[in-house]
Amino acid sequence: MADVQKIATRVSYGEALVELGAQHDDFVVLDADLAAATQTGKFKAAYPDRFYNVGIAEGHLMSMAAGIATTGHVAFASTFAMFAAGRAFEQVRNSIGYPHLNVKIGATHAGISVGEDGATHQCNEDIALMRTIPGMTVIVPADDVEARAVVRAAYELEGPVYMRFGRLATPVINDPETYSFELGRGMVMREGTDVTIVACGLMVGRALEAAEQLAGEGISAEVINIHTIKPFDDELVIKSASKTGHVVTCEEHSVIGGLGAAVLDALAPTCPVPVRKLGVNDVFGESGPAVDLLDKYGLNAEGVIKAVREVLA
Amino acid sequence: MHDEELVQIAREVRRGILEGVHAAKSGHPGGSLGAAEIFTYLYFEEMNIDPKNPRMSERDRFVLSKGHCAPGLYATLAHRGFFPKEDLVTLRHIGSHLQGHPNMNDTPGVDMSTGSLGQGISAAVGMALAAKHWGDSYRTYALLGDGELEEGQVWEAAMFAGNHGLDNLVVIVDHNGLQIDGTIEEVNSAMPIADKFRAFKFHVIELADGNDMAQVRAAFAQARTVSGSPVCIVANTVKGKGVSFMENQVGWHGKAPNDEQYEQAMAELVQEV
Repeated sequence: MADVQKIATRVSYGEALVELGAQHDDFVVLDADLAAATQTGKFKAAYPDRFYNVGIAEGHLMSMAAGIATTGHVAFASTFAMFAAGRAFEQVRNSIGYPHLNVKIGATHAGISVGEDGATHQCNEDIALMRTIPGMTVIVPADDVEARAVVRAAYELEGPVYMRFGRLATPVINDPETYSFELGRGMVMREGTDVTIVACGLMVGRALEAAEQLAGEGISAEVINIHTIKPFDDELVIKSASKTGHVVTCEEHSVIGGLGAAVLDALAPTCPVPVRKLGVNDVFGESGPAVDLLDKYGLNAEGVIKAVREVLA
Repeated sequence: MHDEELVQIAREVRRGILEGVHAAKSGHPGGSLGAAEIFTYLYFEEMNIDPKNPRMSERDRFVLSKGHCAPGLYATLAHRGFFPKEDLVTLRHIGSHLQGHPNMNDTPGVDMSTGSLGQGISAAVGMALAAKHWGDSYRTYALLGDGELEEGQVWEAAMFAGNHGLDNLVVIVDHNGLQIDGTIEEVNSAMPIADKFRAFKFHVIELADGNDMAQVRAAFAQARTVSGSPVCIVANTVKGKGVSFMENQVGWHGKAPNDEQYEQAMAELVQEV
């Protein structure tokens, strides 16, 4: 594991936009004065005349993107998750979601791994907010390979998409040679029989680490990567939970309304097995190095193992 | 089309507004009536549109940023032939394509879903930007209320439009001085409106009487001569215009007439020539 490559999915986003731009000129990229951080600056450098900066005006960013989309073109609208899903929630709902417009929201700096900027910028609520909007596709890529595929898939999909990217460089866990993204379909990353660990984003890698350690203790964990939170792959989660009888959900997001809630929604009607939700426990974050914060809030392999032990107890 | 014909159509539009709001037993007659000349001029004279082909790609765009004045837009679209006039009485009814606030996916001729104030102008800016970006020649029009100017997003949008010199964009401020809770002075005035838009790099046209068709025509004609900056037409109008007991009354912002009031209003709109 020593030589595992680490790349932040926001970097993947910026680079994927540049690649997409080489093939298509029917889209523009919009940002709100965060192009260096969201990495859309890479696109700006490559295609300066296809990039528009609205300045620090996230509400306008979303509604303007919607207006562009009404003309039959695609707009990628980028800012931090806090401002995309939080500040501009109502613009996303009413200007983009209600008319079901072809806007692709690239939301970076999601979750507590924003690090030093602290609670005001650590968005642990965006998955919950975005999945309540009818017709909104919500995707949380787990690594660089997946994030690049997500950008392309979002472009090809007709309708609004919320893409959640991270600031922190995280391990590349997928093989770019064999990886294939299928919207709305979860991926079994590791098969097991005792417990199902459902994860998204950077927690997929951590769940895989946990599964490896659990195997040493004789616990067989199945790890599922749910990159598409909405539409949710009920079938796969129910199938796995039926087999293992126990579920742990892992996300760098509030335990309220996110992946864990989506899993509960899927299981409750027909497969009500015990579920333990690992996430941010209804608290605000704080400043600190990202990796240390993830440790402090239990969003690491140890936290996953603890949750597995609890659900199996 | 001559001004006299347009005036006649505006009267029909007003009747359509009242039919819809009366049948719905709710809705926003005041601001709809006050903007009847603007709606009429845009759809019968100014804009390049085709009721038979409402999504025609080269059409001019209209965004009703003050989306609560949907009855005015619907009555205009119906009279222009986008859908049957008989539909107007289904306003706000379950199953109707005429939602309380406009939805582009429900109603032929509606270019953007609006209703949450401040967002429509941003969408219009996006349309105008897209036209510039992809080299299309259509123009984009957005109608705002003066109360709506209290929404901060209006100025986010104006800042972008001004800085990008979107001269294919015409923002019309329906300046009737009234909003739900009272006069704009009482609530939180955005005055002076013209100076504000000038400061945001708009070419401003002050329309002394936005209920006078000849003046409306002159304002839009002047707007077409502007290049290098977006245009803002500040149109002084009378809220509730055309119905004596509704004119300049805050109370008629969002209230439907009862049967008796409806009969009187419709009678006034026949007599007045």
